[in-house]
Amino acid sequence: MTPVGVYIHVPFCAAKCPYCDFYSEKYSSELVKSYKDAVIRRIMAYPYRTAVDTIYFGGGTPSLIPEKYIEEILNALYSHFSVKSLETTIEVNPKIVNYNKLSAYHNMGINRLSIGVQSCNDKELAFLGRKHSWKNSLETIENAARAGFENISCDLMIGLEGQTISSLRNSINTLVKLPIQHISSYMLKIEENTPFNCESIISRLPDEDAYADMYLFMVEHLNSNGFAQYEISNFARPGFESIHNNKYWQCKEYIGIGPSAHSYFNGKRYTSDINLEKFTSSENAGYIITDDNPGSYEERLMLGLRLKKGIKISDFPELDKKLQRLGKEMLKNELIEIKDDVLSLTAKGFLISNSIISSLI
Amino acid sequence: MSTENIRNFCIIAHIDHGKSTLADRILEKTYTVAERDMEEQLLDNMDIERERGITIKARAVHLNYKAMDGKEYVFNLIDTPGHVDFNYEVSRSLAACEGAILVVDASQGIEAQTLANTYLAIEHDLEVVPVINKIDLPSADPERVCEEIESVIGIPAMDAPKISAKAGINIEEVLEKIVTDVPAPNGDPEKPLKALIFDSYYDAYKGVIIYVRVKEGQVKVGDNIKLMATGAVFNVVEAGYMDANNHINTGSLSAGEVGYISASIKSIGDTRVGDTVTNADIPCDEALPGYRKVNPMVYSGIYPADGAKYGDLREALEKLQLNDASLSFEPETSIALGFGFRCGFLGLLHMEIIQERLEREYNLDLITTAPSVIYKVKLTNGETVFIDNPTNYPDPSILAEAEEPMVKAEVLAPSDYVGNIMELCQERRGTFKDMKYIDETRVTLHYELPLNEIVYDFFDALKSRTKGYASFDYEMLGYAPSKLVKLDVLLNGDIVDALSFIVHVDKAYSRARKLVEKLKENIPRQMFEIPIQAAVGGKIIARETVKAMRKDVLAKCYGGDITRKKKLLEKQKEGKKRMRQLGTVEVPQEAFMSVLKLDE
Repeated sequence: MTPVGVYIHVPFCAAKCPYCDFYSEKYSSELVKSYKDAVIRRIMAYPYRTAVDTIYFGGGTPSLIPEKYIEEILNALYSHFSVKSLETTIEVNPKIVNYNKLSAYHNMGINRLSIGVQSCNDKELAFLGRKHSWKNSLETIENAARAGFENISCDLMIGLEGQTISSLRNSINTLVKLPIQHISSYMLKIEENTPFNCESIISRLPDEDAYADMYLFMVEHLNSNGFAQYEISNFARPGFESIHNNKYWQCKEYIGIGPSAHSYFNGKRYTSDINLEKFTSSENAGYIITDDNPGSYEERLMLGLRLKKGIKISDFPELDKKLQRLGKEMLKNELIEIKDDVLSLTAKGFLISNSIISSLI
Repeated sequence: MSTENIRNFCIIAHIDHGKSTLADRILEKTYTVAERDMEEQLLDNMDIERERGITIKARAVHLNYKAMDGKEYVFNLIDTPGHVDFNYEVSRSLAACEGAILVVDASQGIEAQTLANTYLAIEHDLEVVPVINKIDLPSADPERVCEEIESVIGIPAMDAPKISAKAGINIEEVLEKIVTDVPAPNGDPEKPLKALIFDSYYDAYKGVIIYVRVKEGQVKVGDNIKLMATGAVFNVVEAGYMDANNHINTGSLSAGEVGYISASIKSIGDTRVGDTVTNADIPCDEALPGYRKVNPMVYSGIYPADGAKYGDLREALEKLQLNDASLSFEPETSIALGFGFRCGFLGLLHMEIIQERLEREYNLDLITTAPSVIYKVKLTNGETVFIDNPTNYPDPSILAEAEEPMVKAEVLAPSDYVGNIMELCQERRGTFKDMKYIDETRVTLHYELPLNEIVYDFFDALKSRTKGYASFDYEMLGYAPSKLVKLDVLLNGDIVDALSFIVHVDKAYSRARKLVEKLKENIPRQMFEIPIQAAVGGKIIARETVKAMRKDVLAKCYGGDITRKKKLLEKQKEGKKRMRQLGTVEVPQEAFMSVLKLDE
């Protein structure tokens, strides 16, 4: 059996960031304990000895909960599943983790960190409502390296108020000099049910053209600094592409545990209730199947074209016909590249990938 | 019943002056409808009518009234369409009556349709009974309005009932006026049958039901009747009258009476409004005067937004035509819009009503092309052709002379707006005829205008330039020579046939400019840059560009919500289906519709 990934959703935050629509609750030590127990119970409910090769703690703010709980969860995974982890990641927030905590993570077998840096500019961080400063991030990166981490990813956001190509260049130049191997870069997206979804915020954001210019600059600048783009929003030094995240884009299976976590396991996509109380109080209830026949043509195309390496045209029987109609114009406008049997998007194409993909499915 | 006690009348009014409400009250007061069954504006039973407050199809109701003189009377209330598009139908309804109640709003006074309808009634020798409505409004000034009626129309109005149809005030006065002022019908029941068709509709069980006014003779169940214009002969199955909801089959109708005939008539095309019904065995010598075949004045292409609904659209049009012989349609193909129909309408309102009914009652999503009038074009080979579709407009090299239909328009408005109205009519290539003061503050203006200038949005423009105070009416005048050109629209270099239209040469440039701007507003950014061009005879006279889209991306996509993201993309793909794919360009429905309203 092909090993699967495991995603643990840790739904606690010290404070909710005004742009974030991921599920989280306010931290309380009782809630956290019952949450941890529920996670372990749910792990145990999966088939014994399921082969696992990646583990990912995401959130929420996983670094907020006591590290011994993380360890207990890891132990449960190790004892119940057949784990040969190539990559075990935890998302951490600067300011919340100190050297000791990072060192503890490293000692329990976590070998990759994803640090929520977001920006190297304190004004931009303030706009995002982040509680940390660039100095906090810098310390965290240094501590992580000192604690022995050799696979560190940093989040970097673009499309912030006041952000310019020049401030972005500064952030990138600063980051690439540090001992990090991976950068995930997101365009700020205004989600519906967040405080950021209001005219006073939206009107302060860069316009479509400015966004696009920043993105194109970023791709170019990261590439020339040794961080090759391998997905729309992901860049890595050679050999440091995220194994866990690649599973999503390659339509591979993963088990998601935690309220609001999604899974693709045993041929089905399903999600668990977005409700911590339900999650902790019931055993297995609350799974909702969202797709009982994943891996469809559309899904594979949509996910595959997110990757820089693209897709094999011959794997998609109707693609040739669609490309005949629009391919020429797309090539002319440098939105796609076709090399032999491989179709991939350019950086310009990534920027309008929704339109391109929806015209090809 | 002796004809002495019959009163056949209609109600005429400007839109919103309260015609339908008064009809409702009359129905109530004569106990034709119990108050609790009363639906607002009962006579208008189509949703659209009720919403727009206009009556589209005439109907007739038989009412019993015991007057103050102690006698029983039969009232036949014939409801008339209130819009200029249906002028011919109005004239046939009037021809079925002896009297007309003229409803005038106590604060607004005389409006364009008040005049048009009154003149039409007087032309048909009807006794006009003025009624002042809405006296309960704070702005009501019934005395002034009475004076206005006397001075402008020239009929006595000082003893006109002053009523509020809405509040039910003084309705009895109106009923008594009908008894005393509207003449009883005359006509000899012994003469050969002569009955006027003033309306018809299709009943799924009985076939076409015709509404008639018997002028001479009588008609009984079992008689063979002949419809004189078409020559069709039918055997009468039912004859009688209508109360508010039902047909009452009395077995016969005789001179002076108004009622319905059912005779297993299959096609509404056989029963033309204005035609004369006679007895096939003992026919009358000549038909009643005034019949004419109605011809569409305005044409437009109607296409289903979703090409797969072509069959549904055809079916819906066929059903509408069962009840509306003035609607014509034939299949048409557009490169841009696919399969659809070229439809002919009596006028703009008729067109809007049909479109709205198709969308509402038949749940169709439509794309309509710019309305076109019928151009008369002489070719260099001496041939004359009529063009109702811009796509078929002949090449300038074989065109000798073009003519366009003209109308005589009457605009009534407060004198403050005369400047604005003149400016508008001037812009629309109008020729000023005359201007008269109705009273110190209001004027009526006459213009000759090309029909093609008013089919788009003239009425809207008029309303907006007169703060809604102006009223407007028009009648056809015939054809006049004109310098016309065909304006084509090119998207990404290809002509979009559905967007072509014919325009006067002097207006081609400004129209073209507005058109490309409108299209730019309504065509979303796409993967590629799209040039929008307008051309006359191959020469580009206006251009805009829709820039390429730059950002349309789901930045974050992890395990969390692949299903949701997939659905998002599928939705986006579905959205594309609502767009027309023209080469590499996707054109939303709204873009086709936006060009219909260039002056907004």
